Amino acid sequence: MQEGKLVGWKVGLAVLVLAGLGGGLLAGCGGSSASSGGRATLTWYVFPEHSGAFTQAAADCTRASGGRYTIAIQTLPSDADSQRQQLVRRLAAKDSSIDIIGMDVTWTAEFAEAGWILPWTGTAAQQVTTGTLAVPIQTATYKGRLYGAPANSNTQLLWYRKDLVPKPPQTWAEMISMATALARQGKPHYIEIQGKQYEGLTVWFNTLVNSAGGTILSGPTTVSLGAPAQVAAGVMKQLASSPGADPSLSNQQEDQNRLGFENGTAAFELNYPFVYPSAQMNAPKIFAQMGYTLYPAIIAGKPARVTIGGLNLAVSAYSAHSADAFAAAACLRNAAHQKVAAIKGGLPPTLSALYDDPGLAKPYPFHQLIKEQLATASVRPQTPLYSDVSLGIQKSLSPPGAINPRAVLGNLESELKLALSSGGLI
Amino acid sequence: MSDAAAVPAPPTARAADPRPRRVTERVRSERRLAWMLCGPAVFVMLAVTVYPIVYAIWLSLHRSDLRFPAASKFIGLANYGHVLSSSLWWADVGHTLIIAVFSVSIELVLGMGLALVMHRAIFGRGVVRAVALIPYGIVTVVAAFAWRYAWAADSGFVPKLLGLNYDPLTREFSSYVVIILTEVWKTTPFMALLLLAGLALVPDELHEAAKVDGATAWQRFVRITLPLIRPAILVALLFRTLDAVRVFDTVFIETAGQNKTETVSILGYNQLLNRLNLGLGSAVSVLVFAMVALLAFLFIKVLGTSLAQQRGEK
Repeated sequence: MQEGKLVGWKVGLAVLVLAGLGGGLLAGCGGSSASSGGRATLTWYVFPEHSGAFTQAAADCTRASGGRYTIAIQTLPSDADSQRQQLVRRLAAKDSSIDIIGMDVTWTAEFAEAGWILPWTGTAAQQVTTGTLAVPIQTATYKGRLYGAPANSNTQLLWYRKDLVPKPPQTWAEMISMATALARQGKPHYIEIQGKQYEGLTVWFNTLVNSAGGTILSGPTTVSLGAPAQVAAGVMKQLASSPGADPSLSNQQEDQNRLGFENGTAAFELNYPFVYPSAQMNAPKIFAQMGYTLYPAIIAGKPARVTIGGLNLAVSAYSAHSADAFAAAACLRNAAHQKVAAIKGGLPPTLSALYDDPGLAKPYPFHQLIKEQLATASVRPQTPLYSDVSLGIQKSLSPPGAINPRAVLGNLESELKLALSSGGLI
Repeated sequence: MSDAAAVPAPPTARAADPRPRRVTERVRSERRLAWMLCGPAVFVMLAVTVYPIVYAIWLSLHRSDLRFPAASKFIGLANYGHVLSSSLWWADVGHTLIIAVFSVSIELVLGMGLALVMHRAIFGRGVVRAVALIPYGIVTVVAAFAWRYAWAADSGFVPKLLGLNYDPLTREFSSYVVIILTEVWKTTPFMALLLLAGLALVPDELHEAAKVDGATAWQRFVRITLPLIRPAILVALLFRTLDAVRVFDTVFIETAGQNKTETVSILGYNQLLNRLNLGLGSAVSVLVFAMVALLAFLFIKVLGTSLAQQRGEK
């Protein structure tokens, strides 16, 4: 009898443990956006914004909705690749917990083609495009429809040391010869740029190809490249084999570039505006000599067409509250919140009028340069197969020092064809 | 445990029992209980291992891309054709084998040394073993970051220490050196632990007898220790080789596959998680699985014959 009891006990315990496990698993998978008492909770998946500008915008818009919805922020990983991986896995599984998506400018075609996001139409579309710069709108548009509300933009400037470079270079050729001259004098001379095999390498190449008057693709599935791509790859190779190249060039991302400049080994740096407040805080001596100017051109007299970055807000196709989500997204990127994001978080606005706002001038003394560059900015290939295309470009051009000018164009073409046919390994 | 041992009644008592039906009922209920107790584990194992493997094989026979759900269709072995006809696959198999062969051989030699030290340590045995195991306890990604920061020219002390005028992680040969060193540092303790278990089985009397016969330490190691722990060596080699062929995190953190260091696991990752091409990526994964299975089969063949040989010699 006693044994029987014991056995019963054990079975009971095992069942309990299992039930606990199963319950935990189920609870972990659930968590769809709930509405409590008529008030919808909208979940905004977005990159970690450390200044608090996004949190403030979410709180403001919740208040402004008058009790219609609450916006909750769900933080994504910090790099764009991991953000995308997490989002696409959720979206492919039709996760209804996502309402608003903080979408990198390169994801629009992919998300739209897969049917994961809803197009902006009617007055909502009008509201988020009025007064917005043209190129940011272009990044949010796929097959003639608007899929995102441009929330902020981004572009790289040329940062240089005023004590080493009295007159900043206007072309790549000038910059490389200045760096070579500085090297000969034994002065800091590196040109800091993103040379690692990752998205940054595609950004660099896209800027150079467009600055040389070409494009990477001429349609969602047609390779363009040609002579401008040849020139672009040549410039990358030229920098990599000149004394201006940082020895770690082929392993560097934005942050290593920032550190290189702050350490005082570099004379030039091509990077996003976040490096400005960072230098001010970490390296006041370097900061005192930190100049900024337009990104160098390839062809003298023809401004560079710098690759645009930034964030568009999209509404998930699986959201249970899409109407509210459109309203909330429009609020999150309105003029007031873009201004906060620019001043607090250093994110360049997409609204044209904000560049004339006197409040921006002090923390953002280079705002007119950014506006000028955004007007001529270039967009990365707009194809649902963008990540395949980017991977192919990175693999053909890494490391920049090993580019073979004779073979590079053929390599790029065959990689891009593989990418666009979505067959074959890359 | 002790309850379970107490349950079966003595066989003599059972034979004398005039009511055998009661016993079979009891045996049956015990069996049922056993099944109920294993059931959840079997179910979990099926769910987390068999199902994903079968699903990966199924996916690898399809054109399946997360971004184009409408275009999914059965395409037979076309994905395998794409993979096996790609020079990238064979190049990456080569890179993987370089890392596996060099790291496992260095680990075997160092691991043997470490195991002998741990085995012979007279005092502080526990401390020696615990200290030796620390690298194995560190998360691979963390260890890889530590090695990367130490070796990169812009953040590390190693290039300055060695007087290098280039960044070791930007060149092919030196990238392999760093990757293999990281792997060796990380997993030598594991190898040593498996070999230590083998050393514990070598009877001391044999060594003493050999010593009396005038054998040197080296002769005793080669003629007595090595043959006796051969099964342990083969098991250690098997485990480590299978692990090394699937190497991902160390390479991903240190070079991300650039400088021609891409391994088959990174190749699969790129197809699956970057390109979202589930069909092609699954084909890569299944081929890696097949490669690992083949290696395991070969090792077990060798292991089996060696055990048979040993029994035959005895």
